Amino acid sequence: MKVLVLVKRVPAPGAKINITADEQAVDTKNLGFAMSPHEECGIELAVQLVEAHGGTSTVMTLGAQESEEQLRYAVSLGVDHAILVPTDVDDWDPMATASALASAIAEAEAGEPFDLIIFGNESADSGGYQVGIRAAHALDRPIVSGIKSIDIDGETVKARRQTVAGLEEYRLTMPAIVAVKEGITLPRYPTMKGRLNARKAEVVASPQPHTPGGQKRVRLIPAPEQVSNTVVLGEGPEAAGKIVDLLVELGVLS
Amino acid sequence: MKVLVLVDHDRGVLDELTFQAMTAARSLGSIDAVVMGDYPALAPDLAQYGAEAVHVVTHDLLADYGSEAWADALAQAMLVSGARAVIAPGTDRGNEVLAHVGALLNAPMVANCNEITAGDGDWSMIRTRWGGSLLEEATLTADYKLVTITPHALVAEPSSGAGTVQMLAVELDESVTRTIVADRVRAEGGITLQTAPVVVAGGRGVGNPENFASLDELAELVGGAVGCSRVVTNNGWRSHAEQVGQTGNRVAPDLYIACGISGAIQHWVGMMGSKRVLAINTDREAPMVTKADYAVIGDVNEILPAVIAAIKAR
Repeated sequence: MKVLVLVKRVPAPGAKINITADEQAVDTKNLGFAMSPHEECGIELAVQLVEAHGGTSTVMTLGAQESEEQLRYAVSLGVDHAILVPTDVDDWDPMATASALASAIAEAEAGEPFDLIIFGNESADSGGYQVGIRAAHALDRPIVSGIKSIDIDGETVKARRQTVAGLEEYRLTMPAIVAVKEGITLPRYPTMKGRLNARKAEVVASPQPHTPGGQKRVRLIPAPEQVSNTVVLGEGPEAAGKIVDLLVELGVLS
Repeated sequence: MKVLVLVDHDRGVLDELTFQAMTAARSLGSIDAVVMGDYPALAPDLAQYGAEAVHVVTHDLLADYGSEAWADALAQAMLVSGARAVIAPGTDRGNEVLAHVGALLNAPMVANCNEITAGDGDWSMIRTRWGGSLLEEATLTADYKLVTITPHALVAEPSSGAGTVQMLAVELDESVTRTIVADRVRAEGGITLQTAPVVVAGGRGVGNPENFASLDELAELVGGAVGCSRVVTNNGWRSHAEQVGQTGNRVAPDLYIACGISGAIQHWVGMMGSKRVLAINTDREAPMVTKADYAVIGDVNEILPAVIAAIKAR
């Protein structure tokens, strides 16, 4: 089967996120970069599906030239082909992103659709929850989002979403699209051979027009600091009694 | 201005985050609720949060949830009511349906907003990025405005509305069947992470999968559920279903007991709605400790067995 997975390069923050002086971006001076966690699991899913059913996998991203790093990382994990939709401006809203990706996907397919296209449910940074859905409409394919487990049964994709009550199952006929959540797979680490493949892999450029929608970023704002005067109950096992007292005080234990 | 609020419900069972979305929408104008499927019994609850009308949208294909069926029906409800704005809770369904409506109407959809300021034309909003650890001021320019509200960004406030039921039969193409729920697997019985009054969560500091036995035991003693951080699921120590954080579960228990969790932002945003936080950690300077209400400094694998013994000795 032919599988395509979409990823996005995002900063990898730790305990605090700092903003640049112009309030337009996360200050990445001291940060590394990664792809969104949902998408790391999407890469693993694509590789597993091709291992199980044969075929080829492709990774695509829209972003600055540096996004090649994430494409090559995907190749190091076993993805066969890489496509970059290059951007030179930073604020691509969800409509612009979906429209460019849908054209790039149609070009890459050249009339032979990917059986399954995998998006992350939402990007770790901007979290718009819609790029996959808009691309699905543009490509006229079914999509379900929030997917945590998947089975391929002939031409059918059985895709399941976790809810408070359990799992909901959807059945899509391929070609189809899913937006997945972290946990659908456990990502592997690159092998030495994978790293060598990644270094020499060809990254195909697929430039697309930028057609902004109606959502515009004005500025980023730090979230209000959580201020807490932490009450330290004690140290080590001797504090066990204090914890039990607290559980009683909070009504957790009667 | 007339604003529609999409009601998130599962075959007639309300998701209460709908009330938060209704509360946010009331700051924009008069609100009507839209219920997909023949569930008029929801109207009295919706009236208590300010719904003037409750549009009960009916079609055979709306008996159960389907993103395309709900989106198509919602777009029709907008046309019939003349409303140019729809607010939905930022749930899986709320975000999914509004994104589909945005694609159908070629209109922008702004996900997970905490505040909306409506002007004559453009709207201005504060929305969440990075799961809530960063905010963004954004503007929305569109004929049809579609916005979802961040869960727990505000408290639902009752306000009485007329709650007049208006039945609306819509037409749907058979093709929307492809994204309707086809089957369900029920969760195993017992307390779920989302509903547990106490969550006992473990992180790297727990050390190995076997040590989670004391978290399981404590959770059972206090009627809680076990959660964990991302590093724990990535190490394969626990199932991903238990992960709390930006890409896992969002929980808001009465008490969150963080055991050996450093408290990186991606974890914090999954549990910041907790009423009280108790951190157990060897590092006094760990973000989880400095942000918690209560802390005990030390090795969770020595402290939890002592707590369990003390509870049993009572």
